[in-house]
Amino acid sequence: MTRPREGTGIPTPLLVPAGLGIAFLVLPVVGLLVRAPWSDLAPQLTAPGVGDALRLSLLSATVATLLSLLMGVPLAWVLARSRIRGRSVLRALVTVPLVLPPVVGGVALFLVLGRQGLLGRWLFEQFDITIPFTTTAVVIAETFVAMPFLVISVEGALRAADARFEDVAATLGADRWTTFRRVTLPLVAPGVAAGAVLCWARALGEFGATITFAGNFPGTTQTMPLAVYLALQRDPEAALVLSLVLLAVSLATLLLLRDRWLGRSGAPVA
Amino acid sequence: MSLSARVLVRRGSLALDVEMDVADGEVLAVLGPNGAGKSTLLRVLAGLLPADGGRVTVDGHPWDDVRTRTHLPAHRRSQGVVFQDALLFPHLTVGENVAFGLRTRGMRKAARVEAAAGWLARVGLAGLADQRPGQLSGGQAQRAALARALVGDPALLLLDEPLSALDARTRLTVRAELRRHLAEFAGSTVLVTHDPVDAMALADRVVVVENGRVVQAGTPAEVNRRPRTDYVARLVGLSLLPGTGTGRIVRLDSGGEVAVAEEAAGRVFAAVRPESVALYLARPDGSPRNVWPATLVGATPHGATVRCELAGEVPLVADVTATAFAELGLVPGAPVWATVKASEVAVYAR
Repeated sequence: MTRPREGTGIPTPLLVPAGLGIAFLVLPVVGLLVRAPWSDLAPQLTAPGVGDALRLSLLSATVATLLSLLMGVPLAWVLARSRIRGRSVLRALVTVPLVLPPVVGGVALFLVLGRQGLLGRWLFEQFDITIPFTTTAVVIAETFVAMPFLVISVEGALRAADARFEDVAATLGADRWTTFRRVTLPLVAPGVAAGAVLCWARALGEFGATITFAGNFPGTTQTMPLAVYLALQRDPEAALVLSLVLLAVSLATLLLLRDRWLGRSGAPVA
Repeated sequence: MSLSARVLVRRGSLALDVEMDVADGEVLAVLGPNGAGKSTLLRVLAGLLPADGGRVTVDGHPWDDVRTRTHLPAHRRSQGVVFQDALLFPHLTVGENVAFGLRTRGMRKAARVEAAAGWLARVGLAGLADQRPGQLSGGQAQRAALARALVGDPALLLLDEPLSALDARTRLTVRAELRRHLAEFAGSTVLVTHDPVDAMALADRVVVVENGRVVQAGTPAEVNRRPRTDYVARLVGLSLLPGTGTGRIVRLDSGGEVAVAEEAAGRVFAAVRPESVALYLARPDGSPRNVWPATLVGATPHGATVRCELAGEVPLVADVTATAFAELGLVPGAPVWATVKASEVAVYAR
């Protein structure tokens, strides 16, 4: 007989696949920890290039998140609140980078911003600016891939927020911009924070678009995921250490932000 | 006239066409069933919804005029609005909520904190400025919302079902306080409600809106005494019997006759109060001239009495004491005789 197990209240048909799911998600991380060369961690960590890659990763992911906030929050507002025509088309376009393979995204960026690209040629000829294979390219690639996560999260929070508060603000003399700053944004702050964390984590782990559009130059475009992949081919132990660092940084950031921002108002709106 | 408006809105099945004038210091109640268009009307007055036709003029300034394409946006109207749920901003303190309208108008912090504290004291919430809205009871939140609406000294105060989210007991006290604040308020007030008690207790004049149209307008006492539609009659607890008067007899449109005390002529309403109707198991002899057979179709407790709905040639509502109800042994479907003295029937022209 299938009865809920005493104490847990989880029916067996759900319990077994759920357990498998947990194992599937957790085992690789456990494997990483088990196989880690704990004894020579110190020399590996101080090896040349590791610090550079980590610094570049943190910097570019943070800049990409800031850019995403600057463009993504207004975009989410337009999607959730405005009455412009073709909003559903706009929403579909925004989510394209979510389903697009990152490598394809990298190629697309290259076609637009490369020296022979639509915009890139003009930038090069007018201002002598070359984007591909620079740190700027890393940031652009990460923003392209990660911003939709923020937009979707913030749009969801905006739709869930009670729009009548905005009516109240209007009757109290607040124009739409003031209402956005003093009422809408504070109301959806937990959603914005959750979206920013998702966005940052996605940017930190970005690989495909980055290597396609920005290349793999240590010090300027080689981020941690790229360093991990390359290390795996010549020195698996170094790859392990780098992976551990990436894991530790991601977890630490998540936990920190969870306490600071997301904990106060309960579960993050994602 | 301080507020003068004619509002036309067509939305789906709703065709709203309402005209109103409200003087300075006057409170106008817009009474009507759900879906009558009351809230739509209020949103147009507040500038939150564009009208399809008509105009809104406050203190001589055009806020809306569809013909000249004038539309003053909500945030530039000198108004205060109180919604059904207090809708205090959850991310601000109670004091910051009350001061919100002063802040958007550029008042300095010290001045607006003082003004907010003053208004909080006036609505009986002194010392609660630093609380979060979530810490307030429903009645306190609605008082704070009233303070927030009034703190900017608006020309027009709009109240959208301000008491209907409160429990019965709180409603009683908040209604009494609201009455006091409305009496002190110098501008015009429009109160939207489906509760006749709110309208009667708070308003100087009442307009009844059904299906987007004004079906009756007058003082609360007039509306209460002489309802013109079934909806209003039911609200004020009267049985409304439309008919044609000839001498001291009103021939009802639905058949049957009602004897009245005064001469009546032409198309009239006969209105009967539930407490004027007496019920008997057998046909009574003697004085009353109005005696009708009827069937009890429903009975609900109503204070110390039982409100009985009667079907028959003359449909009536009767209030009988619980004791009498028990003694008569009434059950739904029971045949009864209903009597009303001619002098207890109000008659007025349709």
